[in-house]
Amino acid sequence: MIKMEGVTKSFGSNHVLKGLDLEIARGTSMVIIGGSGTGKSIALKCILGLVTPDAGRITVAGGTSDRDAFLARFGMLFQGGALFDSLPVWQNVAFRLLRGSLAKPRAEAREIAIHKLRRVGLGADVADRFPSELSGGMQKRVGLARAIAADPEIIFFDEPTTGLDPIMAGVINALIREIVTEMGATAMTITHDMTSVRAIADNVAMLHDGVIQWSGPVADIDHSGNAHLDQFIHGRAEGPIQPLR
Amino acid sequence: MTILAAIGRSVLALLASVGRVFIFAVQALSHVVRPPFYHKELAAALLNIGWLSLPVVGLTAIFTGGALALQIYAGGARFNAEAVVPQIVAIGMVRELGPVLVGLMIAARVTSSIAAEIATMKVTEQIDALITLSTHPMKYLTVPRVLAALISVPVLVAVGDIIGVFGGYAVATGTLGFNPAAYIKNTVDFLEPLDIISSLTKGAVFGFAAALIGCYFGMHSGRGAMGVGAATKGSVEAAAMVILAANFVLTGVFFTL
Repeated sequence: MIKMEGVTKSFGSNHVLKGLDLEIARGTSMVIIGGSGTGKSIALKCILGLVTPDAGRITVAGGTSDRDAFLARFGMLFQGGALFDSLPVWQNVAFRLLRGSLAKPRAEAREIAIHKLRRVGLGADVADRFPSELSGGMQKRVGLARAIAADPEIIFFDEPTTGLDPIMAGVINALIREIVTEMGATAMTITHDMTSVRAIADNVAMLHDGVIQWSGPVADIDHSGNAHLDQFIHGRAEGPIQPLR
Repeated sequence: MTILAAIGRSVLALLASVGRVFIFAVQALSHVVRPPFYHKELAAALLNIGWLSLPVVGLTAIFTGGALALQIYAGGARFNAEAVVPQIVAIGMVRELGPVLVGLMIAARVTSSIAAEIATMKVTEQIDALITLSTHPMKYLTVPRVLAALISVPVLVAVGDIIGVFGGYAVATGTLGFNPAAYIKNTVDFLEPLDIISSLTKGAVFGFAAALIGCYFGMHSGRGAMGVGAATKGSVEAAAMVILAANFVLTGVFFTL
């Protein structure tokens, strides 16, 4: 479904991606893990076309990435929610349904928005509030509702549990897993949170030093035999990954 | 040599910035004529830039017109030319002070708010979110604001001109002893169509520049609160300088060529 081959990206002398190879099969949930600054977000932005790779090839559903066609069947949950604070919640959720090629009548778009809000555990009373009136966990849920509003085939989750308490993080993880399974969507998640990894992932890829160090089914991460992955999932200071002190 | 090199680097950086703003302007204009069009965003921008700027424009104009009448009267008295107050207030407000002061007020009020809003959207990933929602930020954010400024600032300048002239009229007839009917007649008789055309043209150019610069600085802001602050400050400085420079050029084009 999504394939990255030999993708490189540098910013000046900082070589962030050094030949990234990654494949995400249709209908599966891939979680990319790795330390801060290892290029997880850059890899994601390369797929989205927000950052142009220096070299390599990215294909989506067999064809070289045509961004407009790709984005039309795509949804994303941003780390901070990235809700539009000038719009009420329901218009955030229905943003794509109120304009462009997927535009629907306003009443229908609102109805779909309220349905999606319910799907993520928020009542209709939230629809007319503004994002600044919501807690962090509620904003994350609204972001999730927006990501699934147009029933996308591909969903990206950028640090979905960052800044949330463990209970709310568990709720979001469960929602993501349910939604991905229910919709049959292809999902790619970036996270540091190992609880999220185990809850969300079908497959895991460990990114370090600009390349994928290990990838495989989530069931294998505890006995991968990969020193990078072992150090990361156990949070050890000693190992091949040199932490900045 | 070090000083020369530093000056050279600064000049090159300035020219590069001008080039980037020019390219940004061309891109914005190219999106004006290509669908989709965001009418609701345009209406919101017209309300914010046009309607909500009226109080500050009106107050600026009325005080400036009044002060201008007092200054011309006091200055004219030195060579027995007090009677020229209506004509000089009219020409001063319509040709220069109206458009320039409205332009600077727009730079202070609108450019800063556009830059801060878009920069905040950038640092909170709202711009990236727009892209992932198949919405071009240039079309959704820049075009409505630039179009709204292009339409509404000439109107604001016209309103500012009228209120400024009225401020001069109020002071002249209220405290300086001018005859109201004669004041209005002198004002109307003295103004020429070119004065009004130049005033409105300046308004359109200043409005376009003010909104465009706000959008440019917002879209190119750095990270975090410092980035938003720097974008806001830089946008107001740049807009004010561009407005004053453009005013000089346009005055030359209209009245000396």
